[in-house]
Amino acid sequence: MPEFDLLTTTIIIGGLVAIVMSIVGYATLAERKVSAWIQDRVGPNRVGPLGLLQPLADGGKFFLKESPIPSHVDKIFYLLAPAAAMAIALLALAVVPWGGTTPPPKPVAVNMAADGKTPDYSKAVQRFDAEQGEYRNQFQGVIAPGLDIGIVYVFALGSLAIYGVILGGWSSDNKYSLLGSLRSSAQIISYEIPLGMSIVGVVLFAGSMNLETIIAWQKQNGWFLMFQPLAFLLFMVSVYAECNRLPFDLPEAEQELVGGYLTEYGSLKFGMFMLGEYTHMITTSFLMSIVFWGGWSLFGLEEVFTDPIAAAVLKAAILGGKMLGFLLLYIVIRWTIPRFRFDQLMGLAWKVMIPLSLLHLLAAMLVRQYGWSNWALTAISIGLFVAFGLVAAFKKIAPNNTPRRKVIPKMLPRVMVG
Amino acid sequence: MPIAESDIKWIEAPKLGFLEQLYLPIVYDGLKTTIGHIFGKSKTESYPEQEPKLPPNYRGVHRLNRDEQDRVKCVACYMCATACPAHCIDIVAAPAPAGWTDREKYPETFVIDELRCIYCGMCEEACPVDAIELTTLYDLTGYSREQLVFDKEKLLGIFDATTKSGTDPVRSRSGALGPASETAKA
Repeated sequence: MPEFDLLTTTIIIGGLVAIVMSIVGYATLAERKVSAWIQDRVGPNRVGPLGLLQPLADGGKFFLKESPIPSHVDKIFYLLAPAAAMAIALLALAVVPWGGTTPPPKPVAVNMAADGKTPDYSKAVQRFDAEQGEYRNQFQGVIAPGLDIGIVYVFALGSLAIYGVILGGWSSDNKYSLLGSLRSSAQIISYEIPLGMSIVGVVLFAGSMNLETIIAWQKQNGWFLMFQPLAFLLFMVSVYAECNRLPFDLPEAEQELVGGYLTEYGSLKFGMFMLGEYTHMITTSFLMSIVFWGGWSLFGLEEVFTDPIAAAVLKAAILGGKMLGFLLLYIVIRWTIPRFRFDQLMGLAWKVMIPLSLLHLLAAMLVRQYGWSNWALTAISIGLFVAFGLVAAFKKIAPNNTPRRKVIPKMLPRVMVG
Repeated sequence: MPIAESDIKWIEAPKLGFLEQLYLPIVYDGLKTTIGHIFGKSKTESYPEQEPKLPPNYRGVHRLNRDEQDRVKCVACYMCATACPAHCIDIVAAPAPAGWTDREKYPETFVIDELRCIYCGMCEEACPVDAIELTTLYDLTGYSREQLVFDKEKLLGIFDATTKSGTDPVRSRSGALGPASETAKA
């Protein structure tokens, strides 16, 4: 374990939160700008040059707005919900690397001493101390380095984020809010499964749930995107559902649910929900680039600089660039795919993604067990995807817009006219 | 009348083929469209900075034309006021001053209430001497209702302004009075 230094950690936390908050602010601006460009408009361009100060104006508006609490709400939970949404989203950032990292050293094996009977502890301790000392001296671009459960921690907090939505919907005492949060809980429960399953294959290959180790594996063997494209696809789709982003934004659904769980929220409380949502998007974008796109590695480009500071900056820039790319994809996808109907959403999760992720996990286990080449998994991955497409295309599907039971025509009572 | 079962036609969703079931080709197609639009040109007109290009037959604020001697072209025949469906034109006619040989009357006052006007262009159609015209001025603003009641001087001023800035309406035939006054001239 690297030594814990309160001051450094505080500075890193403060800096990271500040950066993430700025990215959130500019993500909202990017959302509006890119949406405008896609729709052949200009987008916000009045506050500051090119509208670049728009996030400040938005934030100021959220702060200065009156913040009424409707009389019919459950006050405690109503106020707790946005706080939970935001706090949990920020907590998940703690283990996500944002720059160059080195994997924590593996446990040291204790060998037998020269006499072959007693275990030689001193040598093992020596080696352990040396490895730990070397690890301690290296700069880690992550708030909490060396956390062994890494990705499980992120997932645990990611699914906790839904508590904010459910609490908000329930305590608002409003039909639309409740419907929105119910949809959200159903959606999250469904998509957590393929989300977790798609990662297990990666964890099996990297041999660790620690995100730094996963990056190190990819640096050595190639990105997981190449070996498990299907897992990446499943992960990305599930993550879109987790973040309540289009095409899976049923919990908000402005068109039919007036904003869903956000209906009764205004001013800063609404702002905190938004903050949580965008922070979640940033965390998941980081995860996608770390787990499947090689983290800070980029075909050896990350080792151009020998100077440690320049190298650290470059690694952070590479990872940040990948993250921003995924963030942009979120926005572009929003205007590309129309929203799913709720039964289609559930059908996609339970009939397609869960079986696919289970089969993919099975394939990953087989490849590991029999020591086949990593590329075998690529082939299986693509094969599974195509096979599911074929099944869907050629099986008989019941038409889903006709009534399930026979329509009984009702005769209206005859009315004499005139 | 209830709808008979035989009259109901259930339309089935089109069956998706293999590539459509894979989703990805379709998503790729969609992304091509959206990303193409990102780099496309914006169709927004940033109004105060960027003036709209109006067609020359746009019907905006009126103007009273001048003849070649810079006199008001109007002969105070009241045809525009009669044709006006909004009753926004008020003319007081007077005998033409001495030396105005081409007409008998001229407008002593000529007032248009630009707020009552519906910009239908009927006054322009009715005018026998092409004296009243609608210009391409569209940004008509004022601080009070009174400011938007335009009198003769103001309307002639609009003629000067639009002629100078080269935004004559497409219908304009400035200069001599129209064919209706030719007999008077002779």
